[in-house]
Amino acid sequence: MAPTPVAVEVSGLSRSFGRRRAVDGVDLSLRSGDCLALFGPNGAGKTTLLRVIAGLLKPTAGAVHVGGRALRDDARARAQVGLISHQSMLYRALTARENVEFAARLYGLADPASAATRALEHMRILDRADAPVRALSRGLQQRVSIARAIVHEPTVVLLDEPYTGLDAVGSAALSDMLMLLRSTGAALLLVTHSVDEGLALASRAAIMIRGRIVRHDAIGAIDANTYGAEYRALVIGDGARAAASVA
Amino acid sequence: MNGATRVPGTLTSAWLIARKDLAIEFRTRTAFLSALVFAVLALCIFYFTWDESIITAADRAPGVLWVVLAFSALLGLQRSFAIEDHDRGIDALLVSPISREALYIGKAIGNVIFLGAIELVAIPALALFYNLHFGRAMLIVCLIVLLAMIGIVAIGTLFSAMAVNTRLAELLLPMLSLPFFVPVLMDAAQASVRVLAGAPMSTVWPWLKILIAFDIVFIVACTLAFPFTLEE
Repeated sequence: MAPTPVAVEVSGLSRSFGRRRAVDGVDLSLRSGDCLALFGPNGAGKTTLLRVIAGLLKPTAGAVHVGGRALRDDARARAQVGLISHQSMLYRALTARENVEFAARLYGLADPASAATRALEHMRILDRADAPVRALSRGLQQRVSIARAIVHEPTVVLLDEPYTGLDAVGSAALSDMLMLLRSTGAALLLVTHSVDEGLALASRAAIMIRGRIVRHDAIGAIDANTYGAEYRALVIGDGARAAASVA
Repeated sequence: MNGATRVPGTLTSAWLIARKDLAIEFRTRTAFLSALVFAVLALCIFYFTWDESIITAADRAPGVLWVVLAFSALLGLQRSFAIEDHDRGIDALLVSPISREALYIGKAIGNVIFLGAIELVAIPALALFYNLHFGRAMLIVCLIVLLAMIGIVAIGTLFSAMAVNTRLAELLLPMLSLPFFVPVLMDAAQASVRVLAGAPMSTVWPWLKILIAFDIVFIVACTLAFPFTLEE
């Protein structure tokens, strides 16, 4: 069987803020249908890595290619990326439908209204589509935000703690949506603190500490029962080493 | 991908952004109302401090007009990127395939329309307060206002993007913008004084030409500089 195509390729990616190196020489490659769960303690550089891959931050070194195209220089590469973040990235004065339709138009979809309806339906929020975003609860806003991010059916989806603020219905809708995206060939990069949540969805798992990927496994090679303990040991061990080096 | 997709061109994207900004302003009306109240209040205050026996209407009106325009513009420009910052709507725009230049042009178009709406009320009110006739001279003044608005918005939109992420955004925007408004306002004021005084067009043209030149320089320079203001 021919290997599935590479959806996103990250090579030698670094990002510094002044003298602090938040992301330090990260190499990653995600094929269509892959889902990489990225774990790490606070301040490990996970969100920075995601923002660099999304094109929101300029890398200090290295490059990101989506579908073989350089992300920063090619609009067609950016058109294949969807970002779900802590912030809703919505306009509160507009309705849920208007927000998603606006995104659909930015991506040049042929029928933005139908695409918006489909995305809202997938996130099980069509019944509140005509309510202004400011009138929705935090969890419902998050669902609209996810609908906005996937309205153009991206081939690379970057998710930063996407389950935050979602109730059981919202979480189930998101998991179904992510499974659907994977089955249609999208590659997912999921940043999360929850090891169980990440392992349930992912095909691969990685641990990031102090800007570097320190461990990277296929899910098949992981014992889900012991991974959480191994992850904690790595983080605590690094914390102890950092404290000792300061002392 | 979802159906047929074609990355929209610069002007299409710019219009999408301008339309979205205007829709938000239409719903909330916060900046519009505060700018409008400011404009009418300023016109009233200037009117009641005016001694017609010392300064003629033709001499006084242009000064009032440009003070009102400059400061109501600042109120609108402040809002321009503040609406993007609240829930980081700007991130969704930057991740999308539209160019940074389209984002700038869209914001600028929205700001020109916003300011135009303020002037639609402010100019007739000015004419009313200062007994100016709605004739050819006022039409030329409207043209000068349009040219000045373009220059002011070109600069203000750039600085609005720069200031929005700072702690003192409301202070920083006027501090950065006002010095750059000076050449535009100076030319516009000189041209409008002459028009309202009934001077021949040959004395107005040189100021208009300089105003147009400043507009072109500011539009080009700010469009090129804008993408750098978004780099963290």
